[in-house]
Amino acid sequence: MSHQQLLQPIVRETASQTAGPYVHIGLAPQAAGFDIFENNFGNVLVDDKTKGERIRIEGRVYDGIGTVLKDVLIECWQANAAGRYAHPADRQDGKPLDKHFRGWGRACTDFDTGVYSFDTIKPGSVAGRNGRPMAPHINLWIVARGINLGLNTRMYFSDEAEANAKDAVINLIEWEARRATLIAQREERKKGPAVYRFDIRLQGEGETVFFDV
Amino acid sequence: MLANPVLGRVHAPDAEYLMRDTTSHPAALAPEYKTSVLRSPRLSKISLQNSLSEVTAPVFDARELGALDNDLIMNAAVDGMPIGERIVVHGYVHDQLGRPVRNALVEVWQCNASGRYRHKKDQYIGALDPNFGGCGRMLTDENGYYAYRTIRPGPYPWRNRVNDWRPAHIHYAISGNGWVQRLITQMYFEGDPLIPQCPILQSVPSEEQVRGLIALQDRSHFVQLDSRAYRFDIVLRGHRATLFENRVQAADPREAAVSARKDNSAKGAKR
Repeated sequence: MSHQQLLQPIVRETASQTAGPYVHIGLAPQAAGFDIFENNFGNVLVDDKTKGERIRIEGRVYDGIGTVLKDVLIECWQANAAGRYAHPADRQDGKPLDKHFRGWGRACTDFDTGVYSFDTIKPGSVAGRNGRPMAPHINLWIVARGINLGLNTRMYFSDEAEANAKDAVINLIEWEARRATLIAQREERKKGPAVYRFDIRLQGEGETVFFDV
Repeated sequence: MLANPVLGRVHAPDAEYLMRDTTSHPAALAPEYKTSVLRSPRLSKISLQNSLSEVTAPVFDARELGALDNDLIMNAAVDGMPIGERIVVHGYVHDQLGRPVRNALVEVWQCNASGRYRHKKDQYIGALDPNFGGCGRMLTDENGYYAYRTIRPGPYPWRNRVNDWRPAHIHYAISGNGWVQRLITQMYFEGDPLIPQCPILQSVPSEEQVRGLIALQDRSHFVQLDSRAYRFDIVLRGHRATLFENRVQAADPREAAVSARKDNSAKGAKR
């Protein structure tokens, strides 16, 4: 046996393929126009008892010539108000879990307006790799027809300028002008929760920063 | 999380995922697949090391799923059986180091036997089947195993070039144990003559990786006088303990226990 054969083999990850135009059938059948599951995964992450500030995230997704896309599916993954993820790998000290918050949701862009939205809470800060806190953020995963490998990005908050300025991930982006593509703008509305507007540009001027995670 | 006597409490995840090998996947820009041209980022992605944001992911519970969610033959039947060839599809979800991915959410969707999707945006002339929905979902078991039954989907033409046909396929979305394992792909069927001509499938950069998307007919799981079976295994990103960075030698569990006791007594003294 050669030395090479003694090494633990690494198998290749299964190749990705586009979600296609009919992704709603599988992941959001009600948006496709029919009702099949009793329990549907959706874009409302909170119930009455979830702890934290209620917020709404709204935005559109644009292609390389500024067209609004209407067949995109976006998932979000975030920590709770205390800054803890509902997952066994998160063992941060002193941060309680919230049994009314999983922190995951799934939204479709509207077939007419192209707007997607999430009803959630503002996450707390999570410890980063070096123990320094990461600025509060929401992880997003974007799939659609024409996207061959799901795109990962992070949404940060405009009212967290100080934390954002110190965030290790934001500071990895050497082109300062591009950092702004990750900051959702807070808008107060007369009624209802604050809205954070987060538009995603797949290509061209103002292309959103995507992460290889 | 172990206490490190030099660094104090360390916050890097104590297990992380192997770097994604992007040569396993289609490039974002695949001009033969025309829709990718304006939907593919042009700038380089920013590469991140794993933090808690990447190694965690939603955890699903079997109670969230319905009893028929993995039976596409029955889960939308109204007044009879759907039309088409009955098949079983089954396989394992492993990570790149060969370990089973347990409790992974596997979601599948497809068109019916005539190549038509039950979707308000699908205008293909192929008939809808009143007894077929075309979606299902399930969780892998402790061995990473999943199985469902369905109707074999038909091929269909699509607007790319005017005579492009999609090979018969079933879409998959898999949610593993970490956010970085999230994967969307498509499963094809052994022997389909449309496979070599499909611009979407041929955007996959190697023969080996294309083969990985083709389910094989699996006689060992035929249901007698009922259904043929296909086997489709899935590989997600590998997961391993991190070396050195946060598991320094002194962070032996016994020493950690000692330092935890010291921690506690120090806290006690303050009280």
